[in-house]
Amino acid sequence: MKHRKPILQTILGILLGLLFLSPLYILVVNSFKTQKGIFSNVLALPDSTYFTLNNYAEAWKQLEFLKSLFNSLYISILSTLAIILLTSMAAWVLVRRKSKTANVIFYIFALSMLVPFQCVMLPLVQIMGKIQFLNPAGLIFMYLGFGSSLSIIMYHGFIKNVPLELEEAATIDGANAFQVFWRIVFPLLKSITVTIAILNLMWIWNDFLLPQLVINKPGWQTIPLKTFYFFGQYSKRWDLATAGLLLGMIPIIVFYLFAQKYIVKGVTDGAIK
Amino acid sequence: MRPSKLTFTLFLLPVAIAFSAVVLIPMFLGFFYSFTDWNGIGNSYHIIGFSNYLTIFHSDSEFRNAFFFTLKFAIASVILINVIGFSLALLVQRSSWLNNTLRSIFFLPNLIGGILLGFTWQFIFTKVFDMLGSLLHLPFLQGWLSTTSTGFWGLVIVMSWQLSGYMMIIYIAALQNISESIQEAASIDGVTPVQRLFKITLPLVSPAFTIGLFLSISNSFKLFDQNLSLTGGAPYKSTQMLTLNIYNTAFTMNNLALAQAKAVLFLIMVAVITLTQLYFSKRKELEL
Repeated sequence: MKHRKPILQTILGILLGLLFLSPLYILVVNSFKTQKGIFSNVLALPDSTYFTLNNYAEAWKQLEFLKSLFNSLYISILSTLAIILLTSMAAWVLVRRKSKTANVIFYIFALSMLVPFQCVMLPLVQIMGKIQFLNPAGLIFMYLGFGSSLSIIMYHGFIKNVPLELEEAATIDGANAFQVFWRIVFPLLKSITVTIAILNLMWIWNDFLLPQLVINKPGWQTIPLKTFYFFGQYSKRWDLATAGLLLGMIPIIVFYLFAQKYIVKGVTDGAIK
Repeated sequence: MRPSKLTFTLFLLPVAIAFSAVVLIPMFLGFFYSFTDWNGIGNSYHIIGFSNYLTIFHSDSEFRNAFFFTLKFAIASVILINVIGFSLALLVQRSSWLNNTLRSIFFLPNLIGGILLGFTWQFIFTKVFDMLGSLLHLPFLQGWLSTTSTGFWGLVIVMSWQLSGYMMIIYIAALQNISESIQEAASIDGVTPVQRLFKITLPLVSPAFTIGLFLSISNSFKLFDQNLSLTGGAPYKSTQMLTLNIYNTAFTMNNLALAQAKAVLFLIMVAVITLTQLYFSKRKELEL
């Protein structure tokens, strides 16, 4: 296959790349048109009669964009931090304790990956309502619970291959378990930590159903949540909708441009585990 | 160093509390509620045995439709996602500036959330397809999402657009593990490219197919956001998948116990299907 028809392959690749990008092209060109412009020609670039920047101004206002962006960042970053700090500790003792209890606990985490969210959501909302957890702090607590399985499995697999000598040396020097973990072990987990952080950031950032059940109140809504209601309100206003959808996508696309290498590695490692 | 029992408990406790409160307890409570007439208001309920399950099997045609719709959707998308993903991987597996850029483009849709994706494609199917249809005189491009079959294919297209790039990444990683020497030996022995694909490449990347199939099957069955935002189940709930049916049973019809029974059946189904697939894929891997 080497060097066979490389030109054909190149052309095919470029065409497919354009096809994959075409939905974004459609969004971009129409977000700069008035409603009339969209109905007159949905494929063309905006010409001077129909060009407008007003869609973005209006969508920005309706989405309360900065507020929603802040809510999304706040929820996903704090949840990811909690997951990283607490599941790495848990996975470490699960590996090192080497007891039957530790094994059973690990398998419970692993098996729970099969449980679809729909199976727990109704009792979950009832319980969380009772203990006054239907708020952003409660949501972060819930993401810790839902994110723990995958993160523990991945940390577990990684820690198994971390040599014991360093930990033993530190113990002999009089360090307690807390010091051993945070000073010696955690720094060794850096590469897997980046992977786990990215996997969690991505699903929490895009998650819709859990926030809808837990923090569906004005002022607390995240980008997917706000977009959903914005769209419901303006479903026939494609001029505003296209601009709003693009605004909602920009943060994750910018993140992708900067962290692409880590994202791709994270996804590959996450899948293979 | 082997942690003491105290260290073990202390280090595990925060996660164990969150996990129990969010996953374990709700799951067992959910099993229990599926045998009651729980309605979510207050604590009152009666145990009614298998009544909810019998209702589902005997008189819930919407659930049955959702089941077959989900099954068809899963079959079509799993095939398309993996075929496209693997083809893309073959196309761009060699590192070059162009191929790396193409990889980034193919993977990009995966990062955008289901709600935003569904709305974006709603625009494309209803407005862009419509215009292309009238420009090119292709009537089948018109009226998308207004019928069951266009809603179905709409969902399949969105899902393939989103997940093919993800599978591509997994398959590229697998292809790059095949050693150059095997490829070279094959080409010296006069193996044709087609033979090489079926006799060498495919068997050697079969562990990646196990993963690719597993991920695409479970993602297809559990799909919710895209279904909600692209078709919302329309027309007449005919494009409603199982997750959306459970959601509507709970929040539109306010029948929480019935929704919970459906969710339990859904859990059993997803578990049986994915575990069966893993079992057979692993056995196939060993044979090859």
